[in-house]
Amino acid sequence: MNIQSCVEVRNEWDIVKARQEGRNIAKELGFGSVDQARITTAISELARNIYLYAGKGRIEISNLDSSGKIGLRIIASDDGPGIKDIRKVMEDGFTTSGGLGAGLPGVKRLMDEFSIDSKENEGTEIITTKWLR
Amino acid sequence: MDKLIIQMFNKNRQEIFNRWMEEMESIREDHRLQNISDKAYKDTNVEFFNIIFAHLERNEYKANDELTDFAEKLFQLGWRLSYLTQGLQNFRRIILSVLFDTEKSSTKVFDMFDEIDRWIDPIINQLINESAKNWENTVSIQKVALQELSAPLIPVFENISVMPLIGTIDTERAKLIMENLLTGVIKHRSQVILIDITGVPVVDTMVAHHIIQASEAVRLVGAQCILVGIRPEIAQTIVNLGIDLGQFPTKSTLYKGMQSALEMTKRKITETE
Ligand SMILES: Nc1ncnc2c1ncn2[C@@H]1O[C@H](COP(=O)(O)OP(=O)(O)OP(=O)(O)O)[C@@H](O)[C@H]1O
Ligand SMILES: [Mg+2]
Repeated sequence: MNIQSCVEVRNEWDIVKARQEGRNIAKELGFGSVDQARITTAISELARNIYLYAGKGRIEISNLDSSGKIGLRIIASDDGPGIKDIRKVMEDGFTTSGGLGAGLPGVKRLMDEFSIDSKENEGTEIITTKWLR
Repeated sequence: MDKLIIQMFNKNRQEIFNRWMEEMESIREDHRLQNISDKAYKDTNVEFFNIIFAHLERNEYKANDELTDFAEKLFQLGWRLSYLTQGLQNFRRIILSVLFDTEKSSTKVFDMFDEIDRWIDPIINQLINESAKNWENTVSIQKVALQELSAPLIPVFENISVMPLIGTIDTERAKLIMENLLTGVIKHRSQVILIDITGVPVVDTMVAHHIIQASEAVRLVGAQCILVGIRPEIAQTIVNLGIDLGQFPTKSTLYKGMQSALEMTKRKITETE
């Protein structure tokens, strides 16, 4: 694994910065335009959740090369309030902020692998990967 | 500053000048000034040196108008603040070394050292403040310009308006979109509004949510939105996100959207004979 970029998310413009980084790395790895859009959108969702619910955190983007398979991994982590009921936030339409509640279940569908690790009052780490086909 | 120090610097002015000019030449590329002609660079350096030196002679402890005017002129030409601060820092370094060479008593040197610092630091600070003010000014002007460009509603035909959106949509801009849509609908008596998102790089849940809300609000004031310019990759990510645009009229291109808008207002485009 090779960390290509790490963006601290503190304000709305950092969200834009993180997704530009993501788009550039996806392009470099050879992802097509649809997957580039999926990756960029996933980063946008995760970064915005950090900004909205944790205040600040970071987005790390790395490239993977495991037994010839090439992938892009996003790690979104924060030391915010954490998520109490992970099953619930993965349901379509669940939101605590009056949003669409489509972000997290959407990221899971946009990407190939997805996992959440979260502890109340300690923070949240979401790791998600897209493989190049 | 002590008269004696000033006298000593005056005596060594030529040497200070030569060394300073040499240093400034060697840092030219650091400040991206290699595109400026050799003569202009040299003339500016000479002018800068004379201003600093006059400053020293007059024993002033803050940047005077001459220096701030000079700084402002350079900022407007696109020179960097670092050229000025480094110029002053080089000047300090050189006069200190001249001081060490001429003054042998170490307690005296310490006092002078201190005086020179107290002379130069406020000048550097003031230049930094000037530059910050200059930037803040530019940023606020650009912010206004950007705001004017950010969500224009253009009446194209009677009862039909277009809102072309280009670039990233943040919360501030989303608010403007809503405001301009609602005031524009009333002002232009629009019945149909085409929202063109061809130029929006990412349509995530936040953007989708704002567009859905805006078009709901438009419906409440008696008009109808059509979303146009959905690029194929955006269509796929919207579907992946599970966003339901079912009740939302969409068309792939502005042209097709315009055709339906005309139909909805009982008109159509025909070719003339
Ligand atoms: N990093 C986080 N820290 C704490 N809570 C979070 C975090 N990310 C998400 N959540 C919680 O999970 C809920 C669901 O998130 P999700 O992104 O799916 O929807 P949303 O942000 O509410 O709306 P949308 O993303 O559709 O605009 C949020 O409302 C929030 O309560
Ligand atoms: Mg969200």
